[in-house]
Amino acid sequence: MLIQRASDIPSSEITSENLYHNRREFIKTASAVLGIAAAGTIIPGGAPVVGAFAEPQAKKPGAYDTTEKPTPLEDITTYNNYYEFGIDKSDPAKNSRNFKPKPWTVKVEGMCSKPGTYSFDDLLKGLTVEDRIYRMRCVEAWSMVIPWQGIPLADVIKKLEPTSSAKYVEFKTLVDPNQYPEQRRSFFKVLDWPYFEGLRMDEATNPLALFATGIYGKPLPNQNGAPLRLVTPWKYGFKGVKAIVNIRFTDKQPVNTWQQQAAQEYGFYANVNPNVDHPRWTQARERRIGEFFKRPTQMFNGYGEQVAQMYAGMDLRKNY
Amino acid sequence: MPKFNRWWILKPVVFFACLVPTAWLLFDTFTGGLSANPLEDIRDRTGIWTLRFLMITLAVTPFRRITGWSSLIRFRRMLGLFGFFYAFVHLATYVWLDQYFDFAEILKDMFLKRPFIITGFISFLLLVPLAITSTRKWIARLGGSRWQMLHRLIYLGAAAGVLHYYLRVKADIERPVAYAAVLTILLLFRGWHTLQRRRSQSAAEMKAV
Repeated sequence: MLIQRASDIPSSEITSENLYHNRREFIKTASAVLGIAAAGTIIPGGAPVVGAFAEPQAKKPGAYDTTEKPTPLEDITTYNNYYEFGIDKSDPAKNSRNFKPKPWTVKVEGMCSKPGTYSFDDLLKGLTVEDRIYRMRCVEAWSMVIPWQGIPLADVIKKLEPTSSAKYVEFKTLVDPNQYPEQRRSFFKVLDWPYFEGLRMDEATNPLALFATGIYGKPLPNQNGAPLRLVTPWKYGFKGVKAIVNIRFTDKQPVNTWQQQAAQEYGFYANVNPNVDHPRWTQARERRIGEFFKRPTQMFNGYGEQVAQMYAGMDLRKNY
Repeated sequence: MPKFNRWWILKPVVFFACLVPTAWLLFDTFTGGLSANPLEDIRDRTGIWTLRFLMITLAVTPFRRITGWSSLIRFRRMLGLFGFFYAFVHLATYVWLDQYFDFAEILKDMFLKRPFIITGFISFLLLVPLAITSTRKWIARLGGSRWQMLHRLIYLGAAAGVLHYYLRVKADIERPVAYAAVLTILLLFRGWHTLQRRRSQSAAEMKAV
């Protein structure tokens, strides 16, 4: 059995008990602000109102960790998109209770020397779980800070030995209408299943790319993509394909699910970019969950140092 | 002795019923019942209630004709004004919570490339004259038929509102399509009714001749 929690974090350090109370803080602040508004005062633009987060316990940050305050576990697990479980952001938490992330198998195919069907434990055997506190920026212009545990995707890929002709890697989510209510629909189907994502090989082996297996030191909750999901923090959240059952190495650029759904709105790269708006809304700013006013969005979600060189010379307006 | 008038009771009852979505939203806001993104919940819920009140308002006439319960008309103005109230709060959440009164940004948002913002705004603008002229004085000033003509703007306002919803969602078009279907039925009923009336009128004229 794979050990989920990295050894250097006692659970007391990542307990979200105090963070949970941030909600109460938000409510208090909201009350205050709404009260002021009722009195007819205009709030000056851009001033962050919610600042009263409880300080997380001191912990030496890893090389890629953000020192920003993590979003409370309660929010991470009750507000997200996982269309297989429903289209509202509260649906994944409600409809994933009986999901079975164990036993789990992942099929590895395509241009590699180690294809086959792997059990979850076999796929990750011998690889080290790391802590990564990453920003997560959704294409819908909200964001969180999530303390993940997972295995660098580069390590998994190395183990599977892709051939030199492999230029891309594809990931697929489980198809199981018994477990996923939205996959039982025939009318107004939201997306074509399985949910499908892909990365260029250099992106997949970038040190930031993570195969996440946990959040806050606990196994990945069902609603967040248990047992195994992709995390690419410089890209919009929809690249983070959940409940992965299939990995395929290929030489052709994959057409990911959202690109297939609306190619003029969602591209293959989906790099966070405040200068390239979504056709229907601006990407220049985002609402950090727990904060009252929006904040500016950073290029590559603030991970330019690690990823910008991969896109040097590319027109990011065309390759959105 | 003045006759007991049940409207004195029913009107306040309906009025407070129309405030239930507001009370519910406030309750959720201050008890932590909203999601991790409460500001967007407030924006989305007031938007949905705007559409619902517009649909309810538009349903009054067909419902009266089908059931013969004519006195329902007494509630129509209140229902329509509540639609306007929710639209106003919805617009305010966008102007305040999303854009912080940055009007340059709002104009850019509307006119450059965001059809869903502009359709929403058009919908609101179409409702403004209806809210203003909803008083008895204004009905008298405009005269019944001109007032009625003006208030047909609600058809366009509701259609723009539904389009605004449709243009906003990502892939989950089921709900906006459901609103579009309800609106279509409500408008078709009116078209059908007008046709019927014309037919019976011309039949009556034929007889008179």
